Amino acid sequence: MTETESAVGRIIDRYGGAKSALIQILLDIQSECSWLPLEGMLEVSKRLDVPLTRIYHIGTFYKAFSLVPRGRHTVLVCTGTACHVRGAPTLLDRISEMLHLNPGQTSKDMKFTLDTVNCLGCCALGPVIVVDGEYHGKPTAADLQRIFEKCE
Amino acid sequence: MATLLGSTSDLERLRKKILDSEDRGSKPVVTVCCGTGCQAYGSQKVMQAFADEMERQGLAGKVMSRGTGCHGFCERGVVVILFPDEICYLGVKPDDVAEIVSKTLIGKEIVERLTYEDLATGHRCAKEGDIPFYKHQSRLIFGNNRFIDPKSIEDYIAWDGYSALAKALSKMTPKQVLDEVKEAKLRGRGGGGFPAGTKWETTRDAPSDKKYVIVNCDEGDPGAFMDRSLMEGNPHSVLEGLIIGAYAIGAHEGFVYVRQEYPLATENILLAIEQAEAHGLLGKNILGSGFDFTVQVHRGAGAFVSGESSALMAAIEGRVGEPRPKYIRTAVSGIWGRPSNLNNVETWANVPLIINKGASWFKAIGTEGSKGTKIFSLVGKVNNTGLVEVPMGATLRQIIYDIGAGIPDGKKFKAVQTGGPSGGCIPERHLDTAIDFDALSALGSMMGSGGLIIMDEDTCMVDVARYFTSFLCEESCGQCIPCREGLRQMSAILKNITEGKGQEGDVELLEELAEVMSDASLCALGQTAANPVLSTIKYFRDEYEAHVKEKRCPAKNCKALVAYYIEPDKCTACGLCLKNCPSGAVKGGKKIIHWINQVECTKCGICFEVCPKRFRAVAKLSGEVIPPPPQEPMPVVAQQKG
Repeated sequence: MTETESAVGRIIDRYGGAKSALIQILLDIQSECSWLPLEGMLEVSKRLDVPLTRIYHIGTFYKAFSLVPRGRHTVLVCTGTACHVRGAPTLLDRISEMLHLNPGQTSKDMKFTLDTVNCLGCCALGPVIVVDGEYHGKPTAADLQRIFEKCE
Repeated sequence: MATLLGSTSDLERLRKKILDSEDRGSKPVVTVCCGTGCQAYGSQKVMQAFADEMERQGLAGKVMSRGTGCHGFCERGVVVILFPDEICYLGVKPDDVAEIVSKTLIGKEIVERLTYEDLATGHRCAKEGDIPFYKHQSRLIFGNNRFIDPKSIEDYIAWDGYSALAKALSKMTPKQVLDEVKEAKLRGRGGGGFPAGTKWETTRDAPSDKKYVIVNCDEGDPGAFMDRSLMEGNPHSVLEGLIIGAYAIGAHEGFVYVRQEYPLATENILLAIEQAEAHGLLGKNILGSGFDFTVQVHRGAGAFVSGESSALMAAIEGRVGEPRPKYIRTAVSGIWGRPSNLNNVETWANVPLIINKGASWFKAIGTEGSKGTKIFSLVGKVNNTGLVEVPMGATLRQIIYDIGAGIPDGKKFKAVQTGGPSGGCIPERHLDTAIDFDALSALGSMMGSGGLIIMDEDTCMVDVARYFTSFLCEESCGQCIPCREGLRQMSAILKNITEGKGQEGDVELLEELAEVMSDASLCALGQTAANPVLSTIKYFRDEYEAHVKEKRCPAKNCKALVAYYIEPDKCTACGLCLKNCPSGAVKGGKKIIHWINQVECTKCGICFEVCPKRFRAVAKLSGEVIPPPPQEPMPVVAQQKG
């Protein structure tokens, strides 16, 4: 049994193998592996007796899931309405240019994944970005440089 | 070890024990806001600093400290309140803590620089209740957040927690509870404003062996975060409301659906459920009443449409969260085909209050058609960003100017967007409207979950419409054509307009598409998707026309229609823009006036941002002819100032 399969097995057991917990199980796999590997989805399909198409349906429908591996550092740019009116589009363009990534993409060296989020609910800091869980409000071009340089 | 409460008198005994305990009442308390906004400012470090400093300065055990949920004044986080004097310090950093401990906690002196300062008058006030942001609110639902550690059921019980549940279970029949909520005319806070009591009654009366009650915390409207702050800050109040509702409806199982983006809310509600179970407030024979009820938490996975009732219920069943046509309402046929009553977080949190204080008390607050208070999230171009709770019927002007302290940087107010992606934009001339569910609908917008996004003269209303349309275009589940294709076409037309490729007739085409979408879409997402477009056309048609006819963006916001230009008489050749331009488009040199090569310029705006305010030499132009660059290098003529 591979590492992914046994991790998936543990997660499924946590929910007592209930089919209705499918989304919850996939969320746990996503948070543990930071993506949904195919062998993980196959294991879920087998153990819960759910067709793989349904798992793909969920995996592609929801924003929380990624069907490709993600970078070591996640850069999340909030594009909620409050951040939007405070200049999130310009900020996103700038970050996109600095990292040479479009939203949703991961760099070839697996260092960065750039993503957007619809609202983080800390609108007072807007426009806000989150790098590896740390919030940065109204970052200037120089701040961004510093933040990205710190990432190994 | 938790005390299992076998009866309502057990609960009262526990409450008395908590209130009489040595740590409560007599000791001063430091509360630090640990809501998501303040956490982003570093509230955990402030908490730690208080613990360390109190230890160092000999106050350990003499002063209590408590991390609470969101206080609402996110603009000035980290918010710290010192009880019993209610001294409120704003923008607190870990470095300020030693001074607060020595000066205020020990020396009973106020640290002036950390108190609220009125931007206009310079007047300062130290008491929380005197700060205009708080003074003009009535925080009935949200107010306890500042007293309660959300991870402590004792704190909630100390503040009368679960007394409404005790009253309902011991002194009222389910029918009486239902009648009270109906009589209070409580309307759903999630968006539609449907009478909660009527919905409860439908589920109660629907024949079935099993019924469900659900908390909707899939707060998807960008810019709205009141549900999260309640769930994070006072989860037991939501849970208490849910249990009371379940009792009235006759449901024995409940679900809490929390958005995946809200990990702290999930953590706190899970803990609250665990504590309530341990105290016998959930599970079998609650408070000895014979009523059984259990709750499960279900996390969402990031889809706006999944907040729609039938979609949310599909997700709870483990299927993709897509809506279905609601010929039969979910109140009658919801989860696994059984009657399921879904209410939003804020609606549930109102229930204990109604049961405790009575329908007539509740009805006295608000307007004719909308009773009680509403929590709004006041965000965007406003001085005091945060969560505010006001009675229904407050005017937008009161909220934006009295509580929100107006628009920053002396800019002019343009519009307020309410109701999220299904709502609309309201212009200045309607600022004095007393807002409630019906008044906002009459203005072509809606209450929605209560987001108020303030826009100033720099916000382009066409771009706002484009923003919401492209948001919804991505979030549409794609099952029905009017929504899926309508949004795609609208999005393309709006994108064209903002890029200067708009054509005569585009606005009329948008209106036509909007009509079809609202008539023929499957669910509320598609039916209301055109509201941002229609309301901006209604109130700001001139902006659309400027984009289409003159290829001009009046707000100078749309990138394709804007150019950056350095005014030669203002430029001092300081070199900042030259050094910072990432594309090398800024030309010039030492003591030589800078100019921008428009072909090389990527319009990133960095030159505009870095040009010192005292010069303001970089200008944004739209729809104007850009003056040609100098024929030969021009030496500086402007005087170096300041």
